[in-house]
Amino acid sequence: MRRIFLFVLTSFFAIAALATPGINMPVGVTPVSQEIYRLHMAAFYVCCVIGAGVFGVLIYSLIAFRKSKGAKAVHFHEHLGLEIVWTTIPFLILVALAIPATIVLSHIHNTDQSGLTVKITGYQWRWKYEYLDQNISFFSDLSTTQDQINNKAAKSPWFLLEVDHPLVVPVHTKVRLLVTADDVIHAWWVPELGVKQDAIPGFVNENWMMIEKTGTYRGQCGELCGLNHAFMPIVVEAVSPSDFAKWVTAHQARVKGDHS
Amino acid sequence: MSNHQKSHKRLTLILVCGVLLMFGFAYMLVPLYKLICQKEGINGRSGATASSMAGLSIDTTRTIKVTFLTTLHQHLPFTFKPVKPFLLIHPGERKLIYFYAENKTGHDMTVQAVPSITPGDAARFLKKTECFCFTQQYFFKGEKADMPVYFFVDPAIPSSIKEITLSYTLFDVGDFLKKQQHFTKGRIDL
Amino acid sequence: MTDQHIATQDNDHHDHDSHHGPAKGWRRWLFTTNHKDIGTLYLTLSFILMFVAGTMALLVRTELFEPGKVLLNPEFFNQMTTFHGLIMVFGVIMPAMAGLANWMIPMMIGAQDMALPRLNNWSFWLLPFAFTMLMSTFLMSGNAPDFGWTFYAPLSTTYAPKSTDFFIFSVHLMGLSSILAALNIVVTIFNMRAPAMTWMKLPMFVWSWLVTAFLLLAVMPVLAGCVTMMLMDRHFGTSFFNAAGGGDPVLFQHVFWFFGHPEVYILILPGFGVISSIIPTFSRKPLFGYHAMVYATVIIALLGLVVWVHHMFTTGAPMDAQLFFMYATMLISVPTGIKVFNWTATIFKGSLSFETPMLFALGFLVMFTIGGLSGLMISLVPSDYQYRDSYFIVAHFHYVLVSGSLFTIIAAVYYWLPKWTGRMYSERLGQWHFWLTTIGMNVTFMPMHFLGLAGMPRRIPDYALQFTDFNQICTVGAFIFGFAQLIFLYIVVMSCFSKRFPAATSQVWEGAHGLEWTIPSPAPYHTFETPPDLATVNAAAPQLE
Repeated sequence: MRRIFLFVLTSFFAIAALATPGINMPVGVTPVSQEIYRLHMAAFYVCCVIGAGVFGVLIYSLIAFRKSKGAKAVHFHEHLGLEIVWTTIPFLILVALAIPATIVLSHIHNTDQSGLTVKITGYQWRWKYEYLDQNISFFSDLSTTQDQINNKAAKSPWFLLEVDHPLVVPVHTKVRLLVTADDVIHAWWVPELGVKQDAIPGFVNENWMMIEKTGTYRGQCGELCGLNHAFMPIVVEAVSPSDFAKWVTAHQARVKGDHS
Repeated sequence: MSNHQKSHKRLTLILVCGVLLMFGFAYMLVPLYKLICQKEGINGRSGATASSMAGLSIDTTRTIKVTFLTTLHQHLPFTFKPVKPFLLIHPGERKLIYFYAENKTGHDMTVQAVPSITPGDAARFLKKTECFCFTQQYFFKGEKADMPVYFFVDPAIPSSIKEITLSYTLFDVGDFLKKQQHFTKGRIDL
Repeated sequence: MTDQHIATQDNDHHDHDSHHGPAKGWRRWLFTTNHKDIGTLYLTLSFILMFVAGTMALLVRTELFEPGKVLLNPEFFNQMTTFHGLIMVFGVIMPAMAGLANWMIPMMIGAQDMALPRLNNWSFWLLPFAFTMLMSTFLMSGNAPDFGWTFYAPLSTTYAPKSTDFFIFSVHLMGLSSILAALNIVVTIFNMRAPAMTWMKLPMFVWSWLVTAFLLLAVMPVLAGCVTMMLMDRHFGTSFFNAAGGGDPVLFQHVFWFFGHPEVYILILPGFGVISSIIPTFSRKPLFGYHAMVYATVIIALLGLVVWVHHMFTTGAPMDAQLFFMYATMLISVPTGIKVFNWTATIFKGSLSFETPMLFALGFLVMFTIGGLSGLMISLVPSDYQYRDSYFIVAHFHYVLVSGSLFTIIAAVYYWLPKWTGRMYSERLGQWHFWLTTIGMNVTFMPMHFLGLAGMPRRIPDYALQFTDFNQICTVGAFIFGFAQLIFLYIVVMSCFSKRFPAATSQVWEGAHGLEWTIPSPAPYHTFETPPDLATVNAAAPQLE
């Protein structure tokens, strides 16, 4: 029986090791996402230690105290000291975890001066981005075709994670996100940016991000919002500040062109 | 009736009362939630009634940027935007900002603006002494108006907060009409 | 006993009626007020619905076998996830736990029946109607409810299909049924204990159910209030959850999770009680730290009432509220830890044997610890921003609920089945059932941790290519898990109806303690018509030295 168990365990890790990409939380490219990652790993290691302790005693007992091997039960069933020990130690571990968590949380809530404010509105089933100071506003829709979803065409590499108009933001700039929704509750979530914020109709929530590396970051709606909940992805393109300025000018010119 | 039955009955009655109480409690959560929201600014909900600013002094050492944001619910055919995108304000100082609204629906319309303040931690410190959002607003077909908000920031606001966003979402409240006069206090019809 | 008896006999004569055996045919089941019959009815309903909800889960897993549409369109997929959750929670786990309570509590406390037998009948028979009404929404025009088992407004109010009203009424019925069952259990435990059965002699299963029953009484009315508000918002012009009329969609989540979080403990605490019965039996050693276990159960329930906001950390709560609920949530892991440590200490230096109930109890212990530890990770608000509504959450609550509820129910069935039917079950098949279930369960849910961390949101019918590998493993695991339950069905049916297996003794298990083991197997239709005396009660309570 034990051998079966060990086999299952090892095969598990073998499977896990084979499929390594995307086995853990991304470290991400914002200070917040990196702090969250470190907190996540710290909590994970603490859990591993606790788990190793509990499972160690358990496995030892399951091997050493088998009736089939002639084990006789020792009758003890109450020990105040032990109860106090295993109440106190977990409590101290919790305090040790709560302190860094509180610090990271205070950073998330730190909404000091931002360089750019973007209003994000969730719709069934698309996102709208508005750059308040630049007077830019556009919808962002899924660009994967229905044929791909229905297996009638080859799937693109970013199947279901691609949009027609991504959110373009400059790197090394604190971008303030004002998140709301028009119909039902959505959630704007990009794992690599460490941002998940519920979009609630009638009310505005705030979050922020400061991306440290240029690149394309992808996420999805995080709150069940009906039929096409799976089909309203988020794509953020982080570009250099000068590229961003160019993009703004080009976008404004294009809008002006459309109007005249 | 045996003793057993009697004590069953008593205990059952007590428990049923408890259950009814808890059912009532679910409904009590509604005003309770509103109260806590106003006190604590949970989710950026702020007071729906006028605040008093008696006894406050202006703290000129600090300046806070208040950004104004508007949202139209469900493609409501209105124009609705702040006259200025933002204001700088000292804590304790009262300011006035107008929001411009125009009814483009082609018929008379009652709307209500629902306020929301971010960050959540700032919500309870941004207070309004007068606001078009306190009541439903009646708009005639094609009517245009500037609607006022008098507000101030409580000097008790944590020093870490330097930016606040005051946001309004405009709803068509045709289904939720309140029995009150067409309320247009302070409105400047254009 | 027939309904005429109940209607015509005075209450005082009720005891005399008890000497009758069961009525014949369908009348026995429809009109029964016998706690054992009602227990059987609950367990049977739960068993049937487990296969219904399990099939839905397999449909969901089939759709998720690979990217692109496989089988279901998104509408039907959403209905499947919704119903899988609703039925598993309200139709499988809660009725199964209520069935165990009905069967075992009177026998464990030396009572002849539940305190309110006719109410008992009614609280069961509400359920088939509730679930028929719920399932009938599939036949209606428009969609069946498709907004997830958490039915967040406004998706479940303004934007919901018409059939939602039937969903609301069926939740009312389920709630009523649970409230009545809980009421009955509290009155039974308070008033019907054998005179010698004092509080600190109560078996842990009874203690756990008592605490659970109080939790049910406290929060099921809140759920009823919640769906009633939905109904009023939908039809009577109120706006509890609609910002346009002065309401707030987030309020819905507060009211719902005020019910929803204690609900998690309602699903798990009776299971804790089962484990506290089984582990000592097969360790041949009394439960370690009985008193600490009782207090821990009570503390878990009390703390469980003040942590609900941890389900809504991303809705924009201010920091001090987030901190309060984070600390309270973390605190719950202390009493939960105490329970795990005490079970481990019970096993330590015991004399262990590994019959099927013990295997499931050990499986529970290992997997519940894994689920508890991931719960600790989720309690940290900043990390929760990344975990929330991802597959990490799905993995977490399945580790907690499949082990804490399903495994404990299965363990309880194996443990008490010989007492119910008078026949042993096939131990060899039981072992197969355990290993296939455990392997299937872990293969299904362990990869979901990785999927969630990599960024896969829950409740999506289709996903990006990078998630394919793990999803395929999950689907394979789910089918192993599902088919393993057919073995369980076979075992239970054989034990009930076949004479192939040896008859059970009244003791059944060598190391078992408790009043239920002092009566013959199968348990006679009426038991403890005279309460057991002090010596019997004391002998059955091993925590007394």
